[in-house]
Amino acid sequence: TTIVGVIAKDCIVLGADTRATAGPIIADKNCKKLHLISPNIWCAGAGTAADTEFVTSMISSNIELHSLYTNRKPRVVTALTMLKQHLFRYQGHIGAYLVLGGYDCKGPHLFTIAAHGSSDKLPYVALGSGSLAAISVLETKYQPDLERHEAMELVKEAIEAGIFNDLGSGSNCDLVVIDEEKATPYRGYSKPNERATKQSKYTYDRGTTAVLKEDIYKFVTVQDLDEMQVDV
Amino acid sequence: MSQSQFDPYVQNGGTTVAIAGDGFAILAGDTRSVNGYNINTRFQPRVHEVGDDLVIGASGFEADALALVKRIQQRIDLYHDNHERKMSAQSCACMVRTLLYGKRFFPYYVYTTVAGIDKEGKGEIYSFDPVGSYEREWCRAGGSAANFITPFLDNQVNLHNQYVPGSHGKERKPRRLLKLEEAMKITTDAFTSAGERHIEVGDSVLVKIITKEGVETRIIPLKKD
Repeated sequence: TTIVGVIAKDCIVLGADTRATAGPIIADKNCKKLHLISPNIWCAGAGTAADTEFVTSMISSNIELHSLYTNRKPRVVTALTMLKQHLFRYQGHIGAYLVLGGYDCKGPHLFTIAAHGSSDKLPYVALGSGSLAAISVLETKYQPDLERHEAMELVKEAIEAGIFNDLGSGSNCDLVVIDEEKATPYRGYSKPNERATKQSKYTYDRGTTAVLKEDIYKFVTVQDLDEMQVDV
Repeated sequence: MSQSQFDPYVQNGGTTVAIAGDGFAILAGDTRSVNGYNINTRFQPRVHEVGDDLVIGASGFEADALALVKRIQQRIDLYHDNHERKMSAQSCACMVRTLLYGKRFFPYYVYTTVAGIDKEGKGEIYSFDPVGSYEREWCRAGGSAANFITPFLDNQVNLHNQYVPGSHGKERKPRRLLKLEEAMKITTDAFTSAGERHIEVGDSVLVKIITKEGVETRIIPLKKD
């Protein structure tokens, strides 16, 4: 996995590759690693897929309840605190490595959270097996107050460094841009790895597969229900 | 308390495919060499011409593969000096077996394939395990994505699980020898498909085609992610 986040002028850009692996096998060629916490807070996840998905959706639910209870728009530090306290309680056994970003009443915010519960607050971050490739790009080209489109291109370039130079990352690049007004996800912002067309079609003539036994059952049980028996 | 111990082997990945037909043999190998999640190089030839219209495919531990190919080459040169004639693929395979088994208790961590043309002009392929057990075959996939490619080859080259339509599984579809371009298509699709699902397969494929005219080299590009 390669995931990154940068703070730009009046917005946050998060990015992720879309490869999921099980050892040396590619389990999913186009998975989603950008998770919605609330409309103005998103989270990129690396590590154990199940843990990033569950911890993220659980905090999403609790943030919504908290927002309803307090009658306020959610703040990024609230999500940060809830996530890190949950992860710390599980002493690293929940393998979620997260890049948390969002825009709230105090402006743009960007954090990383490690599985043991520690967190960092930085202007540009990268996590996952491709983080070294990605941070190399960010260290070379990041500058404060990037324009929105400049930040998007920088994040794309960082993710692509991971895609091409880290075997744990691959396929496409997803982005989400969060500003004061709204969050805009870009699913498949760049697709630099389309499959080559196959040389042959691999269709089989009907009857090529051996049918060893055939049974045809005419009906399953059909029963009409009285209206009174139907639950609404 | 545990102690760290000498660990002489590394898995550098790499996959090879060999298909023999009437008048040709194909030996192809991807060119990506890896270490863990890192790419050492995107172009490390894994199939080697050793003269006499013989090609050796070797994947697994790169250092052992190159050492083995070098020793095979030396033995072929010696054979020329002593016998003053070409070495046949059969003889080469027999010799490779002795090289591999000679290191039975500190093996070359390599999956080896020898390809050539036999006396009748038919393609000839010999595949080996790391300690020298070998067999002549019509096709073989070796290396890290062999598990993915073998069932595809079984079905498309040896026509396993394909029956004559209307025979209700009584009559197997008769085997035929592939034409060169058919075998090239199968080889290409095997590698592009393996590259979709195995992280160690990618960058390019180096293909050696052996016919009675000699050895032709082709390169097929693969995805670089």
